Amino acid sequence: MLFGVVIIGFALVHLAPGDPVLALAGENGDEAYYAEMRERFGLDRPLVVQLWEYLSQLVQGDLGSSSIRKKPVTDVIFSRLPNTLLLAGTALALSTLFGLLAGVWAAARPGGIRDRLISVAVLLLYAIPVFWLGQLAVLWLGLRLGWFPVQGRTDARSDATGLTHHLDVAHHLALPALVLASQQIAVVARLTRANVIEELDAPHIDAARSRGLTERRILFRHALPGALLPVITVVGNRVGHLVSGAVVIEIVFGWPGIGRLLVTSTTDRDVPVLLGLFLLIGFAVLIANLLTDLSYQLLDPRIRVGGPR
Amino acid sequence: MTRLRISLSTSIGIGLVAVVATLALFADTIAPYNPFALAGPPLDAPSSAHWMGTDALGRDLFSGIVHGARTSLLVSVGAAVPAAVIGLLVGLVAGFTGGLTDGLLMRITEFLQIIPRFFLAIVVLAIFGDGYRNLVIVLAISSWPVIGRAIRAQVLSLRELPYVEAARLLGARRSRIIRREVLPAVWPTVIVMTGLLMADVILIEASLSFLGLGDADRSSWGRLASDAQQYLRTAWWLAFFPGVAIVVAVVGVNLIVDGGSGGRPRGRWRRSHIDSAVPSSGGASSSRVVEHS
Repeated sequence: MLFGVVIIGFALVHLAPGDPVLALAGENGDEAYYAEMRERFGLDRPLVVQLWEYLSQLVQGDLGSSSIRKKPVTDVIFSRLPNTLLLAGTALALSTLFGLLAGVWAAARPGGIRDRLISVAVLLLYAIPVFWLGQLAVLWLGLRLGWFPVQGRTDARSDATGLTHHLDVAHHLALPALVLASQQIAVVARLTRANVIEELDAPHIDAARSRGLTERRILFRHALPGALLPVITVVGNRVGHLVSGAVVIEIVFGWPGIGRLLVTSTTDRDVPVLLGLFLLIGFAVLIANLLTDLSYQLLDPRIRVGGPR
Repeated sequence: MTRLRISLSTSIGIGLVAVVATLALFADTIAPYNPFALAGPPLDAPSSAHWMGTDALGRDLFSGIVHGARTSLLVSVGAAVPAAVIGLLVGLVAGFTGGLTDGLLMRITEFLQIIPRFFLAIVVLAIFGDGYRNLVIVLAISSWPVIGRAIRAQVLSLRELPYVEAARLLGARRSRIIRREVLPAVWPTVIVMTGLLMADVILIEASLSFLGLGDADRSSWGRLASDAQQYLRTAWWLAFFPGVAIVVAVVGVNLIVDGGSGGRPRGRWRRSHIDSAVPSSGGASSSRVVEHS
């Protein structure tokens, strides 16, 4: 599967309109110069050979070098990646926590007022483009009320270190992370609710009730664990979503992650960087899916990789 | 259709979609100004002359929104309908032939589903140019597998049902079984999934244009919102109205789809079974729910 992502990337670059030599050497060179350039960059060799070389470079962790920045693609990407991971990771944690809470809360009384409220919120959150939610948050919470900074990762004027610095970053992180988390909260809440309601019909819940346990304990300790597996699946499968949301949110909040890099690389047509980002994100999504599958084992002892023995 | 019971939420959905569709169809008549022409003072707040205000170049925002509806509709129908057709065909073929063909087709769907759709679109548009034709093609190609897998799963279970078996025992040809027995049964799935996909595509198109990947010759809600980004402090309306337009379109489509997905026992929440089969936009794997059959 990973191989497939690589092949697609390679194919895209080679199907691209325009001769790469013209792009590298300008339009005014003569034939001999073009031929020399072709040879130097290996463009005169058969595609299969080029693919093989590309693959062997990849295996060594070499993504080529940026055609604009004249630096290795890995350096360019990894200088931005931690910021994106911080943003996406925070959003993932927030959304899972709040999504589960909201889902259980709604499931406690299906059709009740909270339940309806949450279902309307879910419908809206599904439909709101993440950049708009971000812009509204900037307009209202950032500019109008002045609770949060609206641009960047730190206060430009501050050169604080240590705890003050971390607090500054956290303050800048809060709004983009919440906005990014919101849609995921809707997804998690909806699924949790449906599963908890189903679980509440199970015999072990009746047993718990007959033992006189409190409703809260029944919901969180007896119904929720059984409802968790499908939720984990969806959270794991939505990592791609989360990253695409992060990319867009970074633009709204001027957060210095791979989203900004992606946009500048698109305007500059910096193909090596674009391809590097594509491969990296594809890889991340694959890993997330794998981890999701493996987590089943931990959560449900009945499931074993390789089937029952 | 024997039963035509339209709930309140469905009719709201139909109303919202009708508004967007009207704007899209009659954009030239409805829009008071050319969306790209200077129409008033720059950054003018909403007023009776420009009731959504004007942008930094004095262009009328309402006219931009009206023409943006056309773009949104064109892209979403353009990508979702071909995806549905391919998905339906592949699902039918895979479900009916089985064996090697089935295996091969399913590997292809798995392969396409693992690729993050949003980023594929970004790379393709950056390399091949950001015209809407390219966008529609890349979204259609990356979106059909979800539908294909769902249809295949349904075909597999339908084949075992007594009434389909009865048709086979009566000597009906495969084409007749597909046309008379299977198609009517899978039709609702196709419609619902196409609707969900259209809503997705509207959001994806908006996000891509927001990132600057859109046809510069056409109005787009996403690009209007992206233009607004640098004027957030001074001109709230520029960011506000494009978002409203997107939400109206997407909520409308979702409400119709919700109503169309049939009798759910309790509230609108029962969509969860579709939800797990269709990651609402481009999730990597929908295989688990579909796989078991």
